Amino acid sequence: MEQPELIPHLFRTEFRKIAAVLCKTFGIGHIETAEDIAGDTFLAAIETWSYKGLPENPTAWLYLVAKNKARNYLTRNSIFAEKIFPQLNQRAPEFEETDIDLSEQNITDSQLQMLFAICHPSISTESQVGLALRILCGFGIDEIANAFLSNKETIAKRLSRAKEKLRNEKVNIEFPRETEISKRLEAVMVTLYLLFSEGYYSESRDTILREDLCFEAMRLTHLLIDNERTDQPIVNALLSLMCFHSSRFAARKNENGEIILYDDQDETLWDQELIAKGAYYLRRASQGNTVSKYHIEAGIAYWHTVKTDTKEKWENILQLHNQLLQIEYSPIAALNRTFALSKANGKPAAIAEAEKLNLANNHFYFTLLGELYNGIDNDKAKANLAKALRLAKTNTDRQTIQQKIDSLSSKKD
Amino acid sequence: MDEFVLLMRHMDGSKIASPEQMQAWMKQTMDWIGGIAAQNKFVTGTGLPFDDARVVNSDKVVTNGPFGEIKETIGGYIIVKADSVEEAVEFAKGCPVLQGEGNTVEVRKVAKKDGVH
Repeated sequence: MEQPELIPHLFRTEFRKIAAVLCKTFGIGHIETAEDIAGDTFLAAIETWSYKGLPENPTAWLYLVAKNKARNYLTRNSIFAEKIFPQLNQRAPEFEETDIDLSEQNITDSQLQMLFAICHPSISTESQVGLALRILCGFGIDEIANAFLSNKETIAKRLSRAKEKLRNEKVNIEFPRETEISKRLEAVMVTLYLLFSEGYYSESRDTILREDLCFEAMRLTHLLIDNERTDQPIVNALLSLMCFHSSRFAARKNENGEIILYDDQDETLWDQELIAKGAYYLRRASQGNTVSKYHIEAGIAYWHTVKTDTKEKWENILQLHNQLLQIEYSPIAALNRTFALSKANGKPAAIAEAEKLNLANNHFYFTLLGELYNGIDNDKAKANLAKALRLAKTNTDRQTIQQKIDSLSSKKD
Repeated sequence: MDEFVLLMRHMDGSKIASPEQMQAWMKQTMDWIGGIAAQNKFVTGTGLPFDDARVVNSDKVVTNGPFGEIKETIGGYIIVKADSVEEAVEFAKGCPVLQGEGNTVEVRKVAKKDGVH
């Protein structure tokens, strides 16, 4: 039976296309209707196909049904608008007699325009990621809840508030004007970056879901690169960064979902094809004069695809972090910079710098200090790791730290 | 938190350094700035290249370069965030420029645009 596998697959690829086109056709106030019609279309497919068997072209069947449902909705609405609204003495919503265009071109255009519409400053970045997952990636509410380590009710509420906000703001689903592209693109990239990170760093045990999030972020970034107007160096830098990171997917967790530290990873599991893609987009990113944080992070990620420790490697990683921190400070960048400093300039220099960092609530900070003191002052190393253990929030982190403490203790014996 | 500008002054900017020396200074400077940025205390900064340097005198006579009668030149500046001038001075002490004899780093508070200064 291929049916049980076909429907989830079609759902993944076609729901988001139908939803985006219908959103574009109906306008931002009707996202929920678009979702409902797209969802109903798949319900109809399951009901019909179970009895009559698969149609010759399942996708075409879905599009036809979606179009009919959309047209019925518009007709009902116009009856409502023409007959009932005047009696209520209210202005009727305007629906033009439009054909539902499910051509490849219009699907791509609608998805891109929806991406810009969703990444609107009136809603939080978290809501933007959620809506993008729902409308542009076709994720179910429970999947989104799982990814955010939240529950269905919370996510459903968050998304519906976000949709209401977009409706009230009367956000247009359109391609931004030439003069606005850079600024709007920045917001879109923040969301895509967060979507990717959500997948890459998520604590969710669902490995497939996590990878899906990353690949969806890459697919949407690709959408931007496929359009001439948004194919900008900075977007290429973002995709390059995503490619380099995701190349280590298979190597960075063991079968129990525990993180395998970079040094211990089996580099034969690194995906060379993704590394090559990352290099390709990094080359495309280096046209132009702007160096963004995405460029720098892609550069750092590139050097991590070189497993052999060389002076050159760590010097480059250090300098890239020096630059990154000047553009945008973050505690994790400060810690990674200090680690690179220990590799490039030696542990004593790094310890002096690490002691100046004011990150007393961060368990990664004390893990790093433990690492730096290891072999220089093992008592201090242990004391720092003990602090890290107390501050660690997840079991995975506690296990990793405990292993370090154990290996330090066995060294002394 | 206040902002302080650290002005790096060289005694003799006309001295030609070897490429290796310049490379080493560049790395030291980048590591120094990176260290400040890692504490989230970096605001902005730049080097000031000697190319196209001009001095406009009070009689409007323009001379090439900051050299000539003036021995001391400004090589660059950075602006840092600090709780006190003492903290800013600690940052300044790490500046690689100070390795050159006679060089100085001047620490000055940036006036707040609050109507008081």
